[in-house]
Amino acid sequence: MPDTPPASDLSTLPEAETAPRSRWRPQLVWLVPLVAALIGGWLAMKSILEQGPVIGIVFKNAEGLEAGKTKVKYKDVDIGLVTAVTLSKDLRQVEATAELVKDFQPHLVEDTRFWLVTPRISGGSVSGLGTVLSGAFIGVDVGKSSRAQRTFTALEVPPLIQIDTPGREFALHSADLGSLAMGSPVFFRRLQVGQVVGYQLDENGRGVSLKIFVNAPYDRFVTDNTRFWNASGIDVKLGAGGIEVDTQSLASLLLGGVAFETPEEAVALPAAAPDTRFELFADRTRALRNPERDVLKMVLLFDESLRGLEVGAPVDFQGIALGEVSAIRVELDPVSRRIIMPVEMNLYPQRLRLRSKEKDQPPLSDEARKRFLDDMVATGLRAQLRSGNLLTGQLYVGLDFFPRAATARIQWDSDPPQLPTTVGSLGELQASLQRVAGKLEKLPLEQIGADLRQTLQTTSRLLHRLDTQVAPEVVATLGEARKAVDTAQGMMADDEPLQQDTREAIRELGRTAKSLRALADYLERHPEALLWGKKRNQQ
Amino acid sequence: MKDPASTARWHLATCHGCGLLSRAGTGHAARCPRCGTPLHARKPESIARTWALIVAAAILYVPANLLPIMETSSLFGAQNDTIMSGVVYLWVSGSWHLALVVFIASIVVPMAKLIALVILVLSVQLRARWQPVQRTRLYRLVELVGRWSMLDVYVVTLLVALVQLEALATIRPGPGALAFGAVVVLTMFAAMSFDPRLIWDSMEKNDA
Repeated sequence: MPDTPPASDLSTLPEAETAPRSRWRPQLVWLVPLVAALIGGWLAMKSILEQGPVIGIVFKNAEGLEAGKTKVKYKDVDIGLVTAVTLSKDLRQVEATAELVKDFQPHLVEDTRFWLVTPRISGGSVSGLGTVLSGAFIGVDVGKSSRAQRTFTALEVPPLIQIDTPGREFALHSADLGSLAMGSPVFFRRLQVGQVVGYQLDENGRGVSLKIFVNAPYDRFVTDNTRFWNASGIDVKLGAGGIEVDTQSLASLLLGGVAFETPEEAVALPAAAPDTRFELFADRTRALRNPERDVLKMVLLFDESLRGLEVGAPVDFQGIALGEVSAIRVELDPVSRRIIMPVEMNLYPQRLRLRSKEKDQPPLSDEARKRFLDDMVATGLRAQLRSGNLLTGQLYVGLDFFPRAATARIQWDSDPPQLPTTVGSLGELQASLQRVAGKLEKLPLEQIGADLRQTLQTTSRLLHRLDTQVAPEVVATLGEARKAVDTAQGMMADDEPLQQDTREAIRELGRTAKSLRALADYLERHPEALLWGKKRNQQ
Repeated sequence: MKDPASTARWHLATCHGCGLLSRAGTGHAARCPRCGTPLHARKPESIARTWALIVAAAILYVPANLLPIMETSSLFGAQNDTIMSGVVYLWVSGSWHLALVVFIASIVVPMAKLIALVILVLSVQLRARWQPVQRTRLYRLVELVGRWSMLDVYVVTLLVALVQLEALATIRPGPGALAFGAVVVLTMFAAMSFDPRLIWDSMEKNDA
């Protein structure tokens, strides 16, 4: 078969018209890749420009973390996504890599904090409930530092206070934590004004340091003179006014809480600096007690039992607590070979003066104070052990004036100076009881007993005689008497002749009376009959 | 075996408009004597156009795979899915056969199409005489497969239409869907603008 068609066949084909060759035109089709390149380039540029910072967050474990799913949120706005979750080389930690939005770059600083938000019940509140449905996310609290950082360690518990929350943090120091916990409320006039945001054991193990956050504007009520106390429990006071129960709130009973109060005169002071350290007192009374700067140590020697006296027992001057017992010791006096029990007390002379009008007077000089106390002792000031509570037998030290007390002086040379004492009210009672007992002892009880016995014996004999001799006689007499009565009764019976005779006699007597009456009548009408006798016609 | 001569060799051209075969002179632009349609022995600028479209498709293939093609937001949070993340999700959640289908339709096929087109154009440009029949078959395959890799776009379109519960859940097509659609369309155009007759031209010229 020929591979070329016959020429005649070809010539029969119509000739194409020739058109002028179009001048060269740029190939428009190349616009397509150009546009594509532009779009691609723009998209690439955009994604590079929008590429946010990538950070690493170190977690203790990966619970709730999921690459590509766990979000990073700030104020509930998505700002990033966890892109990878890997174990650290030593398998101790989990490092999550997260890509954040670009705008967040300037906020990635040293003190920016990250933590995992999961449903959590703590401090009486439930948080993160939304995460039950949406899964855990990473919360962020933006720091204030200016030093950039890219690797963070996640907090184990979400911070209770955001960095930008207005208010101030203070440090408290306490002997123990009590029932306080993270999130425990802080009260001011029973209003919740803050929370406990952290606590830790002191390095020496002797106490606990707490951090509290007081929200603005209440933080200005915290001045250097503010007192904090643990408001966790119920304060029950049995006083003259009945039972007083004091608690901050029901929640604080369950969760614990801290309350503070600023003394009236200190309210005007400037607010305390952040992180000022305060002491956390156990209760309100102790917290509000004035701190004593002026302390006078004295020692007391009592000649009686100290049972019921404790360290901390008050020293009371006519109802005013002037100090407290600071120590009770037992010593052997080498001279007299006696055991003595010196009671040391701290006196706060300033308290006495605080109650005087002149509050601002400077404390007395030592000399003047000595003289003052000497004068007081000369007028009869003595220390005495008194019973504070009859039920519990607690004692306190009372200072009072006993003008009739034997003269005594303060022994300034002993250390600490010794204040003269007098027998306590309890001792006095004991002494009078002893006197009574002595008198009782002197009574001739045995003699009395013997006499009594003798008397009883005599009485017994007398009774015996009465029983054996007198009684039968009496019985016999009574028998005779009965017989007599019976006879009398017999004589009185209706059918007795005596009775008949008596009746007859009485009847006769009646007749006689009638005759007499007739005679009297006749005589009345005819008195002359007495002289003349009875008239015949009338007969 | 000796190949039969093509119309181009005899300077003949078929009119695209009315199908009239006419003699077209060399070196000149010709028109159909019957209907006036410009006559071309081969698709004009076929190689250049195909190249341009391939390049455009290749460029857009990158965003098509990197950008999310579907933005889902529901009660449980918002999510952006790229083609690959969808495949990974399907694979991980156990529907490996679906994952395979999506993977082949959305990633392998467009890529294969691009590679096939590049091979065809390159081979024509280099006047290769290698396996012309196979290459023609390849071309037919590329043209046939053409629109069938729009699977993802199709799924997204359906979902967008179905899931619009506003507060509860919403699905929106992402920028990747646009790029992906563009890739598919561009590769289809590229396949169209490629003239398979060029494969055989080189065979003839070497014969001559």
